[in-house]
Amino acid sequence: MNWTTRETDQDGWREATQSLVDGRRTLTSLWGEPGRVRMALHGEGAAEILSLACPAGAYPSVAGRPATIRLERALADVSGLEPEGAADRRPWLDHGRWGVRRPLGDAAAADGAPAPYVFLAAEGEGLHQIPVGPVHAGIIEPGQFRFTASGETVVRLEERLGFLHRGLEARMAGLDPADAAKLAGRASGDSTVAYAIAFARAVEAALGLEPPPRAHWLRALMAELERIANHLGDIGAICNDAAFSLMHAHCGILREEVLRAADVAFGHRLMMDRVVPGGVAVDLAPAGAGAIAALVRRARERLPALVSLYDDTASLLDRTVGTGRVAPELAALFGAGGYVGRASGRSFDARRDAPYPPYDTLAFDVAVLDDGDVNARVWIRIEEARQSLALIDQILASAPAGPIAAGLPDGTGEGCALVEGFRGDVFAWVSLEGGRVRRAHLRDPSWFQWPLLEAAIEGNIVADFPLCNKSFNCSYAGVDL
Amino acid sequence: MPRLLAEGVLKSPLAEPAPPLAELGPAFAEAARRRLGRSLSIRQVDAGSCNACELEIHALSNPYYDLERFGLRFVASPRHADVLLVTGPVTHNMREALERTYAATPAPKWVIAAGGCAIDGGLFAGGYACANGVASVIPVDLAIPGCPPSPTALLQGLLTLLEGKPSSG
Ligand code: SF4
Repeated sequence: MNWTTRETDQDGWREATQSLVDGRRTLTSLWGEPGRVRMALHGEGAAEILSLACPAGAYPSVAGRPATIRLERALADVSGLEPEGAADRRPWLDHGRWGVRRPLGDAAAADGAPAPYVFLAAEGEGLHQIPVGPVHAGIIEPGQFRFTASGETVVRLEERLGFLHRGLEARMAGLDPADAAKLAGRASGDSTVAYAIAFARAVEAALGLEPPPRAHWLRALMAELERIANHLGDIGAICNDAAFSLMHAHCGILREEVLRAADVAFGHRLMMDRVVPGGVAVDLAPAGAGAIAALVRRARERLPALVSLYDDTASLLDRTVGTGRVAPELAALFGAGGYVGRASGRSFDARRDAPYPPYDTLAFDVAVLDDGDVNARVWIRIEEARQSLALIDQILASAPAGPIAAGLPDGTGEGCALVEGFRGDVFAWVSLEGGRVRRAHLRDPSWFQWPLLEAAIEGNIVADFPLCNKSFNCSYAGVDL
Repeated sequence: MPRLLAEGVLKSPLAEPAPPLAELGPAFAEAARRRLGRSLSIRQVDAGSCNACELEIHALSNPYYDLERFGLRFVASPRHADVLLVTGPVTHNMREALERTYAATPAPKWVIAAGGCAIDGGLFAGGYACANGVASVIPVDLAIPGCPPSPTALLQGLLTLLEGKPSSG
């Protein structure tokens, strides 16, 4: 996918918004800085970034397309840019606790106690509300869920996030790309490789730099290990939330073996800081290829038994089939990526549809289902884990030898990249000035998945929420930043 | 399923020997042993983590590390906890939740700061959105470094609390 950047006016902006509402194009992200808002979108054979000057600090709202509402709210909180005509103007990231308002805009001291957050109302006879979070019972990230239920049935779920906002994009500003990459790799720790690749590719695009071929292959090797580890962990955790802990234990063993192989191969279990702008930081360790090949063999040996364990356990399928359904129209409307989109008929995988090396030379299938339920999301993950094993075979067999990184010039420019993480497409954009990050933006796939979780749980019983939630496994840290 | 279950019975467990204990102040260690015996209930609190720390904390429950054989277990409520295992630099948006969790934990209680972020704010120290680590918000008894700390490092830290071995130095 070749991204072009174009300066536009309010009419051009509105026209682009209309193309999103019509479903002719898909929104990739929306972000801004003082006096300027940007929108990345793709479709109709092109991918572009529109840039609109907003001298008055406002721009025409894009919220005619629903997935954009929270991006607009987040943008208003950090940069102060106001979406004109938006229906929902409640704060999103700013909980009134920073001591400052619009930290990335015309920052001003904030005074007074935080205002209480107003959840959307649900009206009807006999409805009751269940407030949950931000600290949950399990070991998961913090966020608030407000359920409105009629008896056991969920009528409305509203999410409220932002608890993990660390000011990550602000921290990246002023750093050199190598240091900023460390922060990008900590946007969402389970996707550290995907984020690091996306940010590195954005920097390389900004500088017109091509990393050496071997670096691409090693990045893909790490990305596929990360994908398998996460899918295994989540398949086990989904089954665990359906009270089937045997699957959890077996998936946990395999996941651990993936992380140990990664540790042998690249010196870090999660491969943090191994992908850097310009290439990769370390080559495959001498014992690495052997450890990964042994892991692939073992995973191939074990997976069929686990898959039939899932498929043959009627009490488990009873929980997952038909639960938490996302209609294909919604997945398309929200441009949901990853297994959430692909389990609901949206066939998009950045490795195939916005190809980057070495995937343009590798053979793999993209699994798509239409059922949109918990079961479909499990099957998509199983198939993706199998595909990743096949990709690793190809990478180990064909990775070229040679240098692993190119030096970074002190350049100025803008660049972006879309990279397929385990959860879906991760977008990174960066503007460099004299070799330093002037401004960076990261967009997690979960921005377009969280809202679908609200839709998926509607009409299900409250007790099935953990199962639905796990089958999405949206990132909190990645959207809160 | 029968084959998988049989394997679990017939094969030897995957669990590996416990790692050596970390250094810990002798007074604190003795107190932990006296009060807790060989059991520790842990409440994990994510106060701004990137979630990688949580992944490794989760790994403690897999059959390789098998946390529960040491009498260590994760609990769902701070009211049942002896130990708060806190990750992340403590975002301002999570500060009150952490303080309230700490207040809800019955004394005697211990706090572990796990990971570089929790120890001093890590890469986020000094930003507009975060405190500079857990100790800037609630008292911390033990720090487990790493980004993220490996399951072995986490286990080592937890066992140190449990065994209450005085430091060798
Ligand atoms: S210490 Fe490292 S792994 Fe843990 S939360 Fe911080 S950045 Fe993530």
